[in-house]
Amino acid sequence: MTIEYTKISGGTVYDPANGIDGLVRDLWIVDGRIVEPPTDPTVTPTKTIDASGLVVMPGGIDMHCHIAGPKVNVARKMRPEDKRKGEQIHRTNVTHSGTMGSVPSTFATGYKYIGMGYTTAFDAAIPPLGARHAHEEFEDTPCIDKGFYVLMGNNHYVMQSLQRNEPERLKAFIGWLLASTKGFAPKLVNPGGVEVWKSHQAGNVSGLHQKVDHFEVTPLQIIQGVARAADELKLPHAVHIHCNNLGMPGNWTTTLETMKALEGHRGHITHAQFHSYGGGDADENTFNSKVAPLAEYVNSHPNLTIDVGQVLFGETTSMTGDGPLGYYLSKVYGGKWFSGDTEMESGCGITPIKYKNKSLVHALQWAIGLEWYLLVEDPWRVVMSTDHPNGGSFLAYPQIIRMLMDRTYRQDILKTCHPLVRERSQLGDLNREYSLNEIAIITRAGPARILGLKHKGHLGPGADADITIYTPHENKEIMFELPRTVIKSGRVLVDQGEIREVLTGKTLHVDPNYDRDMEQGIQDWFEKYYSIRWRNYPVDLSYLHESEIVPMITSP
Amino acid sequence: MSASATALAEAPATEGSLKVIQDATCTFCGCVCDDIDLTVKDNHIIEAKRACVLGKAWFLNHKTEDRPSCLIDGQPASLEAGYDRAARILVEGKYPIIYGLSDSPCEAQRVAVSIADWINGTIDTTTSVCHGPSGMAFQGVGEVTCSLGEVINRGDMIMFWGSNPAESHPRHFTKYSLMPKGMFLPNGRKDRTCVIVDVRKTKSAKAADIFVQIKPRADFEGLWALRALSKGIDLDPVQVKRDTGVELAVWQDLMHRMKACKFGVIFFGMGLTMTRGKHANSEALLALTRDMNAYTRFVAKPNRGHGNVTGADNVVAWRTGYPFGVNHSRGYPRFNPGEYTTSDTLANGEADSGMTIACDPMANFSEPARRHLASIPYIALDTKETPTTRAAAVAFTVATYGIHTGGTVYRMDDVPIPLRPSCESPNPSDLEVLTQIERRVKALIGITG
Amino acid sequence: MPETFILIPGRTSDQGCGISEGKFLEKYQREINSLQVAPGDMTRLGIVAGDRVRLTSEDGQVEVCVVPAKADELPVGMLFIAYGDISSKLMGGDTHGSGMPTSKGIDVQMELIRPAAV
Ligand code: SF4
Ligand SMILES: [Zn+2]
Repeated sequence: MTIEYTKISGGTVYDPANGIDGLVRDLWIVDGRIVEPPTDPTVTPTKTIDASGLVVMPGGIDMHCHIAGPKVNVARKMRPEDKRKGEQIHRTNVTHSGTMGSVPSTFATGYKYIGMGYTTAFDAAIPPLGARHAHEEFEDTPCIDKGFYVLMGNNHYVMQSLQRNEPERLKAFIGWLLASTKGFAPKLVNPGGVEVWKSHQAGNVSGLHQKVDHFEVTPLQIIQGVARAADELKLPHAVHIHCNNLGMPGNWTTTLETMKALEGHRGHITHAQFHSYGGGDADENTFNSKVAPLAEYVNSHPNLTIDVGQVLFGETTSMTGDGPLGYYLSKVYGGKWFSGDTEMESGCGITPIKYKNKSLVHALQWAIGLEWYLLVEDPWRVVMSTDHPNGGSFLAYPQIIRMLMDRTYRQDILKTCHPLVRERSQLGDLNREYSLNEIAIITRAGPARILGLKHKGHLGPGADADITIYTPHENKEIMFELPRTVIKSGRVLVDQGEIREVLTGKTLHVDPNYDRDMEQGIQDWFEKYYSIRWRNYPVDLSYLHESEIVPMITSP
Repeated sequence: MSASATALAEAPATEGSLKVIQDATCTFCGCVCDDIDLTVKDNHIIEAKRACVLGKAWFLNHKTEDRPSCLIDGQPASLEAGYDRAARILVEGKYPIIYGLSDSPCEAQRVAVSIADWINGTIDTTTSVCHGPSGMAFQGVGEVTCSLGEVINRGDMIMFWGSNPAESHPRHFTKYSLMPKGMFLPNGRKDRTCVIVDVRKTKSAKAADIFVQIKPRADFEGLWALRALSKGIDLDPVQVKRDTGVELAVWQDLMHRMKACKFGVIFFGMGLTMTRGKHANSEALLALTRDMNAYTRFVAKPNRGHGNVTGADNVVAWRTGYPFGVNHSRGYPRFNPGEYTTSDTLANGEADSGMTIACDPMANFSEPARRHLASIPYIALDTKETPTTRAAAVAFTVATYGIHTGGTVYRMDDVPIPLRPSCESPNPSDLEVLTQIERRVKALIGITG
Repeated sequence: MPETFILIPGRTSDQGCGISEGKFLEKYQREINSLQVAPGDMTRLGIVAGDRVRLTSEDGQVEVCVVPAKADELPVGMLFIAYGDISSKLMGGDTHGSGMPTSKGIDVQMELIRPAAV
């Protein structure tokens, strides 16, 4: 039997994980994986893709977006006006039709990601009770691999275990919950705050030390407990934290305290932009950037990683597992508002929003996001995200790349912003420009490493053949928004901007080892309070179509 | 396709012996009770423990119909011939419509949406004649809501407006809303206040601590009066009584209680959506709920009817971006209730071919809509004979979801629940029929793969 | 002279069970063909249980059998019928741009078809 090789020949390869920074290399693919070049020089590939003069990178990885599951779908249902205005996705002989707007339909989501050269995406906030729903949508989100993080920062069992000081029980519960939902990582959203929201008008916690009533635990305890458990379980991705006090002036101290609370445990602070604000006591007039001290702390603490949550000017939909935040935003913007509380587990808030460059607060948010990219020294620990669709669409990534690689471009945008932005942030003084290699790190190699995905984000032998080929261009936005060719699992899905073929894509999940003896206790609690039956809760394998269990790491 | 349709099937029992299926899911109403223990003997359910009267009727009457799996123009036909004819009807139509889906699992609903996409057709679900207006209201003001477990654990003031769960959702009170002891309501019913607002004193009204009988077609006025009172606006007692049929003092007392509760819940029904005002009524209720969150926690939830009507909304929304009434004639989804909804495409004489899945428009639609449907070629999938299957060009008798077939359904609060089939059927599932039709549709229009 | 009433079609237990048991069976058919009338209206109009009446709406006409409404379930001036084939015949095709025809709170005229047997 002859081996069928595909060869990508003569491309300029950026593969930072393997130390290749813009060198001409051939890539060989067999069965959806990258392999060593054949030693026999007479071997000819079945298919050759000529990449000479082109840039070759691993497929992009979005480690924090909202693309599937209960709240995303509620947002679709709620905003027909947004979809009617947006691009319409026509059906073709290989693709389904769909709609865009800030919250694209499932098929459109898959097509747009692959069309932009992204081959993997993680939904960042799925309530366990809605896990089955997320998996169903994943099956209808083609062309990319995907997974999700499981909301647990306001989970009653988590809080109860901490209250009773039972760390082993907590660890078992997290293992059980990830396995039952076929999820990927533990996610904290406003830990403790959402529980307070459920029982009090406009309820929330104000900081890390306020006790959550009934459970008598603090956000600090939740963060520390889950971070430790995630490390002890050796999860490929550490605890993923949406800090308390998102969006509030002065919230940077909460963020700094959260980072410190990890005490050396791995932790990923998500959409850091929304959590880096100075200013006093909810006073918008004193709103300013505090990225510098936070980035300095990140720079000196290798256990920490962040993604940015860049804001782009324009209209979008805010959607969050942070119920009280949704309430707050709906009052700020005055539009329609969805709030959905999920029993024992989580909350959710959705409202339409619009970021304006003439608004001081919005323009500062934009500048603060860019400061994060430019002030974290190690590109391996900062990841590109818009917290899609919260800061803007994932389709803005090419534009963000241009802002990072071209300081004149970003300074030109800064000039259109509210004049006080220059005083309240240091963006105007930051001259750093990203290289292509650094872009390859913050959009693929870095997130793969942070997520513990050994087969992704690089082009060495054994890697998934998820590859994007770009035509170089002076204007990096043009270069990155329309890749020449996108290869997923070794198959050419996109060529010259057109989708040629589709595939379903894999679901990436974990299957941690946990103390099964603890299950009875979980079941007793579950049966007392849930509205569905214990046996009908776990998501069985039949929901996974194509899937892959991502192994635990050897040491955190 | 997903294999989940069969995943939870249990091994068939040998003849004469009893088989027990625990935690089976009843899909007769939106309560989607997933705690039913079924006893099966000789491929027959002989007991449905914990099911209510409607659930028992659902489980115990599933006997396989003495009907062919496929009828073409009323004559028995092979499934193959039925699939072929069905695909031709759909492809040849200029304005094909697909309708129903509220009693199908999500796996089948997904295929139905695919077919609509391939044929540039219109897809609509029974939502449009149930809580479609609430879906429109939701697009206007949003919704503050929660899963049913939150009601169990926190709801201390439970209101029903234009909804009669005692007859439509018999286990609603006992399982979710009134009787259960919850985390913060250790005494169950004693810890809750129940208010029922309706135009007639329904069977449900007996369960109420406070029954408010409003004038028919005055729901909007009643809700608007409450909104005014919530904001402390003075109202004219004479006008209020005249417009709502209820004394101002009653509304004032109600608002006082609503503000004083800790976690209020309003379940609302088709008393709002089917009557004058329709989406404006639902919008008033959703807006009132939102207003109440300035004082306390308050949520609202439509009492959805069919077992998987909520799944239909979800599937259509994730695939097209819109929840119901979606037209693909331009090659991409467009949404317009009142135009692409089935009552309209039929009553206006626009649809020229169609497919109905688990619904009965020939019994439930207006005369002009029925007349038009009877005049066009259409395919009907149902588990039983209905006026709609009788008039269909192609009628498929399909297996019953949740009894013969597995899959996923969404409870009225959007919680997805798996089905546990208990019996076998000689008939194909709707998933199977739709998959076969899709394959042929694609072949006819020249799509491979 | 027929009098105008407000008709509320709605779900009932027997109608719900009938859907599962079979729409062509007697139980379901009986249920959807029975009109509940307030006892006060029955006395006033001299209608007794089992009488047949004709209901006429702007959009259709049906004949149904009268059953007295229980206790104080219905206020006078209001009629109730189980939702189904018969009630739908009284409904118009216009959805007023909502997708939903007005299916509850329909104005109907009720007239006795034949006097009750003496
Ligand atoms: S309440 Fe509804 S779902 Fe539950 S058993 Fe009765 S009919 Fe079935
Ligand atoms: Zn997010």
